[in-house]
Amino acid sequence: MPVLAVHNLTVTHGRRPAVHHASFRLAPGGKMAVVGPNGAGKSPLLRAIAGLHPPAEGRIEGAGRVALLPQAAALDRGFPLSCRDAVLFGLWAEAGAFRSLAAPERAEEALAAVGLSGFARRPVGSLSAGQFQRVLFARLLLQDAPVILLDEPFNALDARTVEDLLGVLRRWHGEGRSILAVLHDLDLVRREFPETLLLAREVIACGPTAQVLSAENRLRARMMAEAWAEHAAPCARAA
Amino acid sequence: MLWQALVAPFAEFGFLRRALVACLALSLAAPPLGVFLMLRRMSLTGDALAHAMLPGVALGFVLAGLSPPALAAGGLAAGLLVALGAGALSRATGGREDAALAALTLSALAAGVALISWRGSPVELTQLLFGSVLGVEDAALLLAGGAASAALVFLALAWRPLALECFDPGFGRSVGLRGGVWHLAFLALVVLTLVASFQAVGTLMAVGLMMLPAVAARHWARGLAGMVLAAVGLAMLASLVGLLGSFHADVPTGPAITLAAAALWALSLVLGPVDGLRAGWRPPRHLEG
Repeated sequence: MPVLAVHNLTVTHGRRPAVHHASFRLAPGGKMAVVGPNGAGKSPLLRAIAGLHPPAEGRIEGAGRVALLPQAAALDRGFPLSCRDAVLFGLWAEAGAFRSLAAPERAEEALAAVGLSGFARRPVGSLSAGQFQRVLFARLLLQDAPVILLDEPFNALDARTVEDLLGVLRRWHGEGRSILAVLHDLDLVRREFPETLLLAREVIACGPTAQVLSAENRLRARMMAEAWAEHAAPCARAA
Repeated sequence: MLWQALVAPFAEFGFLRRALVACLALSLAAPPLGVFLMLRRMSLTGDALAHAMLPGVALGFVLAGLSPPALAAGGLAAGLLVALGAGALSRATGGREDAALAALTLSALAAGVALISWRGSPVELTQLLFGSVLGVEDAALLLAGGAASAALVFLALAWRPLALECFDPGFGRSVGLRGGVWHLAFLALVVLTLVASFQAVGTLMAVGLMMLPAVAARHWARGLAGMVLAAVGLAMLASLVGLLGSFHADVPTGPAITLAAAALWALSLVLGPVDGLRAGWRPPRHLEG
């Protein structure tokens, strides 16, 4: 019984498909990378699974409680917020908007777990990119979800921060959580992720990482992602 | 002398005391909303909504004269219509919300001024656009008090949802935050507060007490709570100084209070410890690493 099953999923921007008839499964405790060229629909896929973008077609089963790490660039880092308050948002789903404030020590524990002891009162606007990403990971820790979706979690981070955050990922994996992460660093994917979904709007391949990331598949993904028909006809597979 | 200038007018004239109470109540309601508007990069939206309520006010005026309930009801209806309409119009036509708002606002302002000029005297037009201390009747006072209470209760409930919606809307939606609903409720309260303001300070100046203290407060505090407190304090000071200025110099209350708020903003801009100009002219020594 997969923890997440995506059936024939199509997500559109306007009428253009960002994800086109995609199907795959994530096993409980699975650790799967989502790779593909820019414009392959990786972020829309994650956003659809997180319930942020209603599918145009198809269904997503068993997603249950998921925790999403959005791309850091999508956040307003100029907003006057302390690290503690930013992390406490992680308790929102469990405790609601206000009761989550009653547990400030949990924010401090989560910050300590990502190597940010003593940062509770620091404004998020004063953090480096790496520290900010650690704060978002601390928020994920408080969410305590069985399925974790990460959208480019290691972009523009130094090697030390990536290594520390990979440690957090391994801990989650050890605890039996399922992880689905959009990544660009294929060496890292080969090293850390047993399974991979290669996406180029459609699923090019899904399965053991070494097989999926073959040169042939990657070339096919690039061609598919770059294809753009000015006057595309309505999809024959559409319901 | 000081007594004569600062206290005697309020001691002597009941209408000034009423105007002061109304402005202090509005100083509790408007600036915190202004801080959230600023942080959401919607500083000009308050201005647009204030202009947008004019045709409603004008319609109330044409139908019922200078009756506060009719003016307020008209203003509230028009303001809400534009606030909701701009969002709906931009979604339906794929345009941008600020563009729809600009178009609606200009149309509304022109329609409002035309309507009032058609049926009213220049004095009445000035009073509706720029306010009058004599305009603060019982109904207006109650509306200001009501708006202040509603704003404070709403902000207590909406503080965290609005903060999350500003900081990370995608995450908010993923944990079940109804960001759009909070946003609309917030805009409705902005309109309510502007309507409550306009009898004292006029439709064109209603937004002054909302945005100027909020923009100035950014120079006095780094945290959200500090900004809100500073904005309320600055707005109260501007109300007091503005009303006295209006009384002594015989100018309408709206411009007087807005000018006082503008002066406080200029002072904050220069002297404020956070990103103030003075800090830029003579940068203090940098800190230890």
